[in-house]
Amino acid sequence: MTMILQVEGVGKVFGGLQALSDVTFDLPQGQILGLIGPNGAGKTTLFNVINGVYPPNGGRVIFNGEDVTGSKTYHMAHRGLARTHQIVRPLNELTVRENVIVGACFGREGHGLGQAGKVADEVMEFVGLAVRADQLAGSLNVGQKKRLEMARALAARPYLLLLDEVLAGLNPSEIAGMVEIVRKIRERGITIIMIEHVMHAVMNVSDRMIVLDYGQQLAEGTPEEVANNPKVIEAYLGDPELAERLMRDSDEE
Amino acid sequence: MSGIRKYLGLILAIVVVLAMAAWPVINGKDITREVVFTMLLSVGLASSLNILLGYTGYVSFGHVVFFGLGGYVGFYLMAVHDWSLWTAMIAGGLASAALAFLLGKAILRLRGGYFALATIGVNEAVRAFINNFDPFGGPVGMSLNFQVYKNYGGGAREALWMSFYILVALTLLITVVTYMVRSSKFGLGLLAIREDEDAAEVMGVIAPNAKTWAYVLSAVFPGILGVLFFFKNGNIEPAPAFRLQMSIEMIVMVMLGGQGTVLGPILGGAGYQRLRGFLLTNPLFKNIQLAVAGVLLLVIVLFVPAGVVGWVRQRFPKLRRVLQ
Ligand SMILES: Nc1ncnc2c1ncn2[C@@H]1O[C@H](COP(=O)(O)OP(=O)(O)O)[C@@H](O)[C@H]1O
Ligand SMILES: [Mg+2]
Repeated sequence: MTMILQVEGVGKVFGGLQALSDVTFDLPQGQILGLIGPNGAGKTTLFNVINGVYPPNGGRVIFNGEDVTGSKTYHMAHRGLARTHQIVRPLNELTVRENVIVGACFGREGHGLGQAGKVADEVMEFVGLAVRADQLAGSLNVGQKKRLEMARALAARPYLLLLDEVLAGLNPSEIAGMVEIVRKIRERGITIIMIEHVMHAVMNVSDRMIVLDYGQQLAEGTPEEVANNPKVIEAYLGDPELAERLMRDSDEE
Repeated sequence: MSGIRKYLGLILAIVVVLAMAAWPVINGKDITREVVFTMLLSVGLASSLNILLGYTGYVSFGHVVFFGLGGYVGFYLMAVHDWSLWTAMIAGGLASAALAFLLGKAILRLRGGYFALATIGVNEAVRAFINNFDPFGGPVGMSLNFQVYKNYGGGAREALWMSFYILVALTLLITVVTYMVRSSKFGLGLLAIREDEDAAEVMGVIAPNAKTWAYVLSAVFPGILGVLFFFKNGNIEPAPAFRLQMSIEMIVMVMLGGQGTVLGPILGGAGYQRLRGFLLTNPLFKNIQLAVAGVLLLVIVLFVPAGVVGWVRQRFPKLRRVLQ
């Protein structure tokens, strides 16, 4: 199995706060890795370190066999890494189509405007935003903005896609639609890391899962292994609502 | 047909510039030519600033530095080394571009208000430097020998008309360039930076480079215009070359017409300059002309932040193809 991403002993400190400590895992090409953990566990920080928003305080990130530790975000984009943001960041005064074209123009394939337009049309169709193409991105609702994040990332034609809570704030039917999209992305051969609080969804689509807690890797394994891990259940007990959801969702399995 | 439709926005912008230019040509009056000269100069400066302010979202409060520096370099070459106006304009443009390139690497890392403050600092520093720089005449500045104008169509009047026609050509060139930038991949990257620089970088826009080139592009034409302006003027001094007030007026023009649009700075530049001319000749407003600019800026920012063209585009989406 070729590894698209290797994270080796990565740590990150903010002031006195150890947001990540010694995070280590390998991600084989074509898989979906679910990343879960309570709020503040360091999940988004891990994405930020992988995609170059800031360098780690220790450890290495290897992408497609190349040491990319401390690379700039735009260089990671060119190498084939794309991400969505937990707090959506639409380019408000541009249209939906222009937003997606930015992804296609400046991402891995670096298309010219003409070709990027075709890619954008195809991707907007794929995520169900085609009807909104000429609307300003700022005028979309939350669910649509999440899909826009997804479309921009996909338009870059990435090898690895980092999804940061794309299901949060969506209603059940929107969640089902989004999960379907994630599945289809994987069928295209794109590797995915997915941060998610909606347990049943992430357990359903993930090949493997990692649980973070206070920056530590608490558990790792298949969705079943993780769901039945006492340490995981215990960690979530600090957050009753989440714990409850986890129990209920693993009952459904 | 569809080819023409595609370029309607550019065509309209060009028609507006040409209409202004035609006015003194038709009535043949020197005074009209002078009025339109200041209007077109404003259009050129505002359109240049628009690349940075409107497309990229960086407020440069000291943009006049490029007008002044370019003007000084070109003027020096004409006055002391007998360069022609043409080569001097190129040299002035290049000097301003070079300054922007060097500055870009240093101060474009600053965001928001910090960048704006830094640009003011740069303008004051360059002004102070030139004030003490003897080859450029220090605080006294430099003058052109009137003989020089003989090479440009005979007498001083012919040289004035020629300056006017050169300005028309430059304004058209700037209009075309701002249009091309707006509709290019490079320009899309700038717009993305304006909307959210971090998100743009995550999508692969190399913001440090794109911003620097936007800054260079927005500096090169003011440099060329500076040479032309002071050539026509006949002398150059630090105060009029680096007038901070002019920087602020450039911002007002861009905001008034509509930042980020091609047509906006054209209408804003011409409209503001007309207003300014009216205020300057009106005994009531003569001394508070800059205060009027300040109030105008405030009103725009508060009530029509998109400017005239932006507002019309929002109200009448059908007109978007024409009003770019
Ligand atoms: N840029 C930052 N500066 C300082 N602290 C941060 C920063 N980003 C995240 N943190 C802190 O790091 C911890 C992990 O945050 P985050 O990665 O966002 O958690 P999660 O995504 O798992 O909810 C939190 O305590 C958060 O407050
Ligand atoms: Mg998070």
